[in-house]
Amino acid sequence: MDHVPMTAAQPAIVLSGIEKWYGTRDRPVHALSPTDLSVAEGEFVVLLGPSGCGKTTLLRMVGGLIAPTSGRLMVEGQLLWRGEQRRPEAVSELGMVFQDANLFPWLSIEDNIALPLELKGMVRAERRAKAHELCRLVGIGGFERRWPRELSGGMRQRAAIARALSYDPKILLMDEPFGALDAMTRDAMNLELQRIWMDTGKTIILVTHSISEAVFLADRIVLLSPRPGRIDTIMDVPIPRPRRSEVQSAAVFQDIALALRQRLAAIS
Amino acid sequence: MSDLAPVGTPPSDALARRRGMREGLLPWITTPILLAALIGLWHVYVKWSGISHFILPAPADVWTEWLRLMTNPRGWNHTYWTLYATLAGFGWAIIIGVGLGVAIARVRWLELTLNPFIVATQVIPKVALVPLFVVWFGFGVTSKVIVAAVLAFFPILTNTVLGVKSIDEGHRDVMTSLNATRWQIFRRLELPSALPYIITGLEVGIVLAIIGAIVGEYLGGNLGLGRMLIERMNAFEMDEMFAILIHMSMLGFLLYWSIGILRRLLIPWHGSARR
Repeated sequence: MDHVPMTAAQPAIVLSGIEKWYGTRDRPVHALSPTDLSVAEGEFVVLLGPSGCGKTTLLRMVGGLIAPTSGRLMVEGQLLWRGEQRRPEAVSELGMVFQDANLFPWLSIEDNIALPLELKGMVRAERRAKAHELCRLVGIGGFERRWPRELSGGMRQRAAIARALSYDPKILLMDEPFGALDAMTRDAMNLELQRIWMDTGKTIILVTHSISEAVFLADRIVLLSPRPGRIDTIMDVPIPRPRRSEVQSAAVFQDIALALRQRLAAIS
Repeated sequence: MSDLAPVGTPPSDALARRRGMREGLLPWITTPILLAALIGLWHVYVKWSGISHFILPAPADVWTEWLRLMTNPRGWNHTYWTLYATLAGFGWAIIIGVGLGVAIARVRWLELTLNPFIVATQVIPKVALVPLFVVWFGFGVTSKVIVAAVLAFFPILTNTVLGVKSIDEGHRDVMTSLNATRWQIFRRLELPSALPYIITGLEVGIVLAIIGAIVGEYLGGNLGLGRMLIERMNAFEMDEMFAILIHMSMLGFLLYWSIGILRRLLIPWHGSARR
């Protein structure tokens, strides 16, 4: 698999002049000033920044959850937003993972994972088989029949990733997916995510406020600054794959982390 | 449970389950004991105090009367009509309560316009309206059905509204990001999510429905356990009156208990169903 962003092919996501205003007419909040960004097919991009920098807003606009105030957003060559209207064809290429696993407590793990397939009308036996395959991929094989409450936080998040992968979207959008996990579980999940990404070849945009998570996972880090939210710096992470946990003590890792830390201190 | 090694066999919670089972058995032992003690106390009191038979009959006499009631087709006929009024009223309360509840929870202006009226129907002492219902709907079973429905309706409505409003925003985001249709959102998210609340409403509602049916029977008509009780009271047949009272209570228990069964069947995933 080729993890170097392809230059000739069409980008997975293109934002042109995407802007977001919240609030009322008298007290408007500028959540994101006009932003341009292009994400290549198969690329792993991390959005990093202090709270209020608009990184979650940006991700939710790409995910089709909130409409941008202005600008053009293309997903796999298709226009995502036409005014306030979301175009379903473009959404089907997106899979979302949230900070909370957001599994439905009344569905078993396998039914949770297969929920998107059920909504698309796939027959039961077929979607069960797919759910089992995905459970193995994300490392929760054997837990298919459990209720979500019977799983630990990390395992629930694995199930949420499996659900997002179930209908085989080209793009995975992750909003602080491991933010609620303890540090050790988080490190393990970062390794797992890298493996899943390398196995499936998806394009991933991940939002985080952890510098080390950003450097460990990203091909490219987009640093955002607040008030109003805008892109401050874009940094490449030229560390070869697969990266192991030990890479965190390597000089190149430390250098990038330090540069990011200094920049973050300057903008927040 | 460690997340680092999630492969292999799922963890065993057999121990916790066994403890839960032991706890679940407790009421099956304590209830008969307490009940026997209560009846014993009753028996001793009647025997030693010399209280008039017309005020408090002995438990043995009540038991004899209850057995007679159970073998008497007339008794079953009255039971049937009370049960009919209760369940029919309850059914209407579910249809209107859940339907209106979902609508109110979704449509803000509907809630704002209807709320004063719904509150008004609650602050009026509804039992005081029963004579009016008898005038409007006659001495037949219809007026009882309506009283049962009016009483049971409110808890079902308020719980449905609360249930639909309590839906997790994150769950909604999942459905939105999956391009779910409105019907799919209702069927796969809103309904199952609100179900624990609705069932709690049903639990309160069923008890109020049987109260409604019996109070309706007190005030008019010639059918139902309520009517039977009033007749026995007027004839000073205290043994029989107590027997009917116990019969009514058991009917209420049975109905309440069936909602508990419904809870286990419909929402086995919910904490309230594990007991």
